[in-house]
Amino acid sequence: MGCWNPEIELMPKKDLEALQLKLFRSLVKSAYDHSRMYRDRMVAAGVEPDDLRSIDDIQKMPFMSKKDLRDGYPDKFFIAPRRDIIRFHASSGTTGKPTVVGYTRNDIENWSESLARSIVSAGLDENDVVQVANTYGLFTGGLGFHYAAERIGAAVVPASTGGTERQIELIKDLGVTAYAATPSYMVHLAEVAERMGVSIKNDTKLRIGLLGAEPWSEKMRDRIYDWTGVKGINCYGASELSGPLFSECGEQNGIHFWRDITYLEIIDPKTNEPVGPGERGEMVLTMLKKEAFPMIRYRIGDLSVADEEKCNCGRTHPRLRRITGRVDDMLIVRGINVFPSQVEYSLMANPEVGNEFQIVVERKGALDTMHVKVELKPEAFTDNIIELNAIRERIAFKLRNLLNVGATVELVEPGTLPRFEGKAKRVMDRREY
Amino acid sequence: MDVAKAMKESKVNILGFTIAEGSGYGVIRMLVDHPERAHEKLVKEGFVAKFTDVLAVDMEDKPGGLYDLTEVLKDNGINIEYAYGYRNRPRAVLILRVENIDKAVETILASGRTLLDTSHFT
Repeated sequence: MGCWNPEIELMPKKDLEALQLKLFRSLVKSAYDHSRMYRDRMVAAGVEPDDLRSIDDIQKMPFMSKKDLRDGYPDKFFIAPRRDIIRFHASSGTTGKPTVVGYTRNDIENWSESLARSIVSAGLDENDVVQVANTYGLFTGGLGFHYAAERIGAAVVPASTGGTERQIELIKDLGVTAYAATPSYMVHLAEVAERMGVSIKNDTKLRIGLLGAEPWSEKMRDRIYDWTGVKGINCYGASELSGPLFSECGEQNGIHFWRDITYLEIIDPKTNEPVGPGERGEMVLTMLKKEAFPMIRYRIGDLSVADEEKCNCGRTHPRLRRITGRVDDMLIVRGINVFPSQVEYSLMANPEVGNEFQIVVERKGALDTMHVKVELKPEAFTDNIIELNAIRERIAFKLRNLLNVGATVELVEPGTLPRFEGKAKRVMDRREY
Repeated sequence: MDVAKAMKESKVNILGFTIAEGSGYGVIRMLVDHPERAHEKLVKEGFVAKFTDVLAVDMEDKPGGLYDLTEVLKDNGINIEYAYGYRNRPRAVLILRVENIDKAVETILASGRTLLDTSHFT
């Protein structure tokens, strides 16, 4: 396995920490000087840039959350001059508006650099042919893997999502060696290939899967390997951070978070204090080199464990264990983030919809399905089936457009969905990994 | 509580009915002798129940009745949304839901047929 940037990747931990401190101080100064919003936050927290002497002083800094991105929609929290922004991406918001992020040229550079290091650590090089089956477009998955693979000199097949049979033909015919997708799509691919009479293990050169954007288990990793011969490499990222940014190395034993890219904290969400080594908690991420907008102590909502022990691969960057849950009610459906509040926002915009709805998420076969049951208002219930179907389709169309997920809708009679005292349990998630 | 039980409990007689279904929901349409009582009971039991205006055409109990009537309606541009019927010897009754009730009434009466009013069913 090669090393894309051995100087950084193998740098002794204390030198990396010194580098982090330097980057952190410069980051905070920039945010303080250029972001009204961020300066006000720091003032309210009683912190000034000069107060930050050691990396532990990061704990004096205020947190950021998705709400900031929502309140700042689309670009009120950007600190780079508008003309320096060369890319926008958008991803799931919590209501009607998406989350918008921006990038300067350096931001794009650092994003590709980070992921390039990761995929090389996983075993890829310029001889590889990488098929990118993540969504291209406003989501960061497709272009993220595309840029990283291209950067290391691999050949990129920009397949995006869908058209599974054609994807399998391309994998066979173009000699594809690595595949970037969600783990469930990888399983789906293997199923479709089998129906086509293609054995991924024997008929293709596919050996590495860059898999992420949704939770998956060791059991699933083993299943993928035994069935297809593909080594599943766990990947992590989010548009707020850039996009897909980090992955496991060939050891497949935790995702390396490059210290010069991100300062990773794990805190106890009840006290906001750092947890002890090896303890599970809420991830807090500081993007040390981001220019377009500050991401300082961003509470991304994922729960996990960080491992500071040096990896067998020799790299001195901490490893993140598998994400074990969320602090909020966000769902992931086919790799796409879905907030129940988005569903509510969309449904309530329809005049016929009553107050109750239920989201049922299942995995029949390899892929997730999302089914939304909606109670209509009694007045809206008609005996005309054609009209009811039209109402249902209208509701579904609006919902699918907002979520970018192929959800189905079912209309149910008023009074049939469960009622709750206190917070409504809107989601029935029947999946197991 | 199901619909049939509700009708039994409220001592409502179902004269004719039809069930339509599509994509997960079913609709039952009923001709009953005591519509108000039926509606009250159904709503009390948690059903979504509504009144709909339909026409009841007095028919001869012999082959060809349905065809002859629908031809008349077709020639006059009347669209039938749904229909169901029952035999009531020596005659028969056809229940019709149409888009344009007034035009349908005019057309049917002009063809020499009789429309039955509610007193016929109560």
